[in-house]
Amino acid sequence: MTFGYVGWRLLQVVPTAAAILLIGFLLIHLAPGDPVVALAGQNGDAEYYAFIRDKFGLDEPLPEQLATYASRVVQADLGTSYLQGRPVATIIAERIPATLLLSVTALVLSSVAGVALGSLAASRPHGLVDVASTGATLAVYAAPVFWLGQLAILGLAAGLGWFPVQGMTSPRSDATGLAAALDVAHHLALPALVLASQEIAAVFRLTRVGLLDELGSDHVRTARAKGLSARRVLVKHALRRPLVPVVTVIGGRAGHLLSGAIVTEIVFGWPGLGRLLLSSLQTRDTPVVLGIFLVVAFFVILANVGTDLTYRWLDPRVRYR
Amino acid sequence: MARTPHAPVAASGDVAPAGLDLAVTAPRQRVLRRLVRRPAGIVGSVLTGMFVLVGLFGPALAPYDPFAVVGPSLAPPSWPHPMGTDALGRDLFSGIVAGARTSLLVAGLVGLMVLAIGLVVGTLSSWWGGWVDDSLMRLTELFQVLPRFFLAVVVIAYFGPGLSLLIVMLGLTSWTLLARVVRAEVLSIKEREFVEAARVAGASSTRLVLREVLPNALPAMSAFLGLVLAQVLLIEASLGFIGLGDPNLVSWGYLASQAQRFLRVAWWMSVFPGLAIAVAVLGFNLLSDAVTDVLGSSR
Repeated sequence: MTFGYVGWRLLQVVPTAAAILLIGFLLIHLAPGDPVVALAGQNGDAEYYAFIRDKFGLDEPLPEQLATYASRVVQADLGTSYLQGRPVATIIAERIPATLLLSVTALVLSSVAGVALGSLAASRPHGLVDVASTGATLAVYAAPVFWLGQLAILGLAAGLGWFPVQGMTSPRSDATGLAAALDVAHHLALPALVLASQEIAAVFRLTRVGLLDELGSDHVRTARAKGLSARRVLVKHALRRPLVPVVTVIGGRAGHLLSGAIVTEIVFGWPGLGRLLLSSLQTRDTPVVLGIFLVVAFFVILANVGTDLTYRWLDPRVRYR
Repeated sequence: MARTPHAPVAASGDVAPAGLDLAVTAPRQRVLRRLVRRPAGIVGSVLTGMFVLVGLFGPALAPYDPFAVVGPSLAPPSWPHPMGTDALGRDLFSGIVAGARTSLLVAGLVGLMVLAIGLVVGTLSSWWGGWVDDSLMRLTELFQVLPRFFLAVVVIAYFGPGLSLLIVMLGLTSWTLLARVVRAEVLSIKEREFVEAARVAGASSTRLVLREVLPNALPAMSAFLGLVLAQVLLIEASLGFIGLGDPNLVSWGYLASQAQRFLRVAWWMSVFPGLAIAVAVLGFNLLSDAVTDVLGSSR
């Protein structure tokens, strides 16, 4: 992989990010309703309205507002929250760890479990494991995330009482160190599993199909003929090629994972970006809403580029224009 | 499957000889016949058919108005209320049936939009190539990375919830896969002999695309349309769940969101709406799996 290609691919991020900023900014600012009324209430006096307009730069023409906003975003300044009066970047940064913890746990869980289950199923096609996991993943793949969350709460949290129903930490707990980490992990288990389940289904299906193809190929037959153990054949020889599309699917589903995280956060009361987005929408805190949209979009763009580059690195035969 | 260059071609004007139509329709019938021989095809057809029938005729047959208070609140499933009632005493079964119509409306109209945009973008870029192809594909890539769920959430929250806005948002952001499929199909079909033959016979570009190329791209398109619609149904449900559905219509996502506060006391309020969504989505997924399977084995 040449440096030129990496540079070119990273350069492409700029126009895409700019286009997404433009779309988000215009759509929000063209929406009906005066932001000043949302901020200062229905019956404020004209002088106060003018003060607010001036304070947030709302009296300038839209193109100028856009230019100001864009030049600030480039410097990682997402503006000031209408409601809290604090920098949007700070508010978002406070919530990112919770969403990241949830998403990354789900990502790791789904990659490992999906590949493992897919290999297990493919190593004995039409066996019990294969039939059961194929059926289960079909069902999970069709189920909405919030419903899986509700079912998990019904069965495992509220029903059997194995897991907490809501939140990230136990209320009124003053645990520190390891105890606190275990408490978070206990709260994390169900939402992460729910968020991971659809990704597990996607990874499972791809691994299984890829492996079934591969297990019939010549080089795998040769490896078997050499007398290698079944596990060694699977891990060292057969699994290599099917993993390439699996990597791209995991990366390509970044947007899907994040929107799933939003819904999962709402079901489980997880204090991340999703809940911040929802409360900011209710209060019409436009800088925060736009900030979250941009951060998410930028992350999805980067995940896509990263996936492309990984794909190319794993399979040098792939050549892009 | 492809017509040979020696087959008779249109001799005059726009009237196609009978053989031309047969050449195009025969493989499609074969696809359908092979589809219903596969378990995934049968189950997928039955589930999708059920969803469509309930959506079309259900509301006329539903026992109650989904918004009317007709029983005790939070009553578990019973004979008069087979799926129980909600906190206000509304019949959940009638709600599920009404939600099927909402989902069908969304899936149908978004499907039409996605097909139209996908067909235009995919056909234009593959038929003309060059800078048209380049710019349309850049546009497709942009829409592909656009976080469509977030965009829909933000736009619907700012412009006010409504079914038409929801359909337009989902339609405008869900066509990229179809455009790519159409492009790839047209690229491979346009070089085949039967298209060459029609071109030699003097058929115009429009005629070539509409009569020769696109009908043969249809099976592949339908396979991917099923996948797209399954995703659209899930997004619509999620939007309804976070309170961004049309407030004047019952949707499955809205019904499930009502369950959230009563999870400990009324399991039925969550189980049935979620099941309805899963069944509809599973139908689309299985059907498109089966079509892909049939197409794959016939090539």
